[in-house]
Amino acid sequence: MSFLDTLLGRTKPVQPKLDDLFGLPSAAIQLQAATGFTPTGSGSVCFRGVEGKTFGDIQKEVRELLDMDSGKPDGGLPVEVSRDSYGFTWLVSNHMSDEMDGLVTDLHAVNSSLVDAGFGPQLLCTVVAFADESHRRVALVYLYKRGTFYPFAPLDGGQDRRDNALELQIKGALAEDLKMEPDLTKWMALWGAPGL
Amino acid sequence: MAARSRYAPDRGLTVRMTATMFLLGLVFVAFVALIIGVMTATHQSGAAIVIVALLLGGGTAFISLFYSDKIALASAGAQIVTPQQAPKLHGIVDRLCALADMDKPVVAIAPTSMPNAFATGRNSKHAVLCVTDGLLNRSQLTDEELEGVLAHELSHVAHKDVQVMTVASLLAIVAGLLVRFAFYSELFGGGRRNNNQNAFPIILAIMVVSAVVYAVSFLLIRLLSRYRELAADRSGALLTGQPMVLASALQKVSQGMNRIPTQDLRAAEPLNAFYFAPAMKLNGGASLSAIFSTHPSLEKRIAELEKIQRQLNEVSPGPKGVR
Repeated sequence: MSFLDTLLGRTKPVQPKLDDLFGLPSAAIQLQAATGFTPTGSGSVCFRGVEGKTFGDIQKEVRELLDMDSGKPDGGLPVEVSRDSYGFTWLVSNHMSDEMDGLVTDLHAVNSSLVDAGFGPQLLCTVVAFADESHRRVALVYLYKRGTFYPFAPLDGGQDRRDNALELQIKGALAEDLKMEPDLTKWMALWGAPGL
Repeated sequence: MAARSRYAPDRGLTVRMTATMFLLGLVFVAFVALIIGVMTATHQSGAAIVIVALLLGGGTAFISLFYSDKIALASAGAQIVTPQQAPKLHGIVDRLCALADMDKPVVAIAPTSMPNAFATGRNSKHAVLCVTDGLLNRSQLTDEELEGVLAHELSHVAHKDVQVMTVASLLAIVAGLLVRFAFYSELFGGGRRNNNQNAFPIILAIMVVSAVVYAVSFLLIRLLSRYRELAADRSGALLTGQPMVLASALQKVSQGMNRIPTQDLRAAEPLNAFYFAPAMKLNGGASLSAIFSTHPSLEKRIAELEKIQRQLNEVSPGPKGVR
């Protein structure tokens, strides 16, 4: 924030960075090689809905955009829309586990459609889910505003605990493929994220 | 592809805030120049007194700024909470910080039953966001309203309001110190000087000027504070995209204020400037309390939020966008 903005009490809305998402398919291959985690084919976009009618239209539009894809032979399944307990909206897109490219394209389409409609500042994160053979789960979370990724590995057992060792291991494994978030305080917990 | 923006800046507010700060700066410069000019011309140690007042005032302001987080937490009796202790609160703050791309402040809870919140700290790295037990009480505020209040407070952090208001209040501090210094120097030092016949009216003049400057700057600072509140309301509402939820939170918090016994309110009053809603209303007529108040009136704040609500819906993505 510039000095002038500070003085005048203004906040410039932070626009999201979208292009880094396309690093995901190659990172997924690297992740599998390094740690044995494979994509589950599930990915989601999380954003903050705006009050009023127009945003409802956007949601419908995004839904239609993604649902249309499912008609194509190589398309994915329709998106599920859900709302979490924080009031954020999640658009979950489910693909086959080997269709990382298709999933990322879908997620990017959702993002672009929201940004074009002027809701870029409302985007929170994109989450792509991974699992290994012992059913451990981990998500790669993309922070739009920073253009960085971080891993989120919730532990089973109800208690809100996360596997920090695994997260740091993944951060190390992907450091060359993706821009990982260096500030650990920004690795926000996403308990109960849909699709994870 | 040029993305549409829904974030029209509030030019009126910007202009009013700039004018207020300009006036404040003008009064400050004029005051210091006048005092130094008058005193060096007639009074040997005049310049020294002004410089001492400036240093002392600046020092006080700096110390209170530097320790603002600790002072505020201690006087509110607040405890810092970890994500394990308050998962929901931390979850909301995490998300808002990610949306706004700002550093996460320290989160604290104050054991007060009145619903309120404040943010302070000398910079974004040392910011503290404190909420009261009453605010977390689900029977009073919904989660979304809580989020609105937190977004308002985070906007104070983003706007660096603690720093801005500290600098703004420097003038009042220095003017207040000069009144006192002039008084003491007349009392103890004036008699020994050769030109003490001249010194008395000058010191009296300085006291009067300082008192007037103090009063003017006090009003300007309160005016600035009200504009900063409106700016934080605005940024907070744009961050969550829910201006009307923030409005209803404001309404509930203000009503909560009125219900609470006076004892609690007095205890909370020194922190008023950083609170979401003022804890104590000044006595007196409506117009008088309006110009002394650190916060704009509830009606004014809600009217501004309604304006933002209309703006958010005006830039519609398609021809269907009717409000």
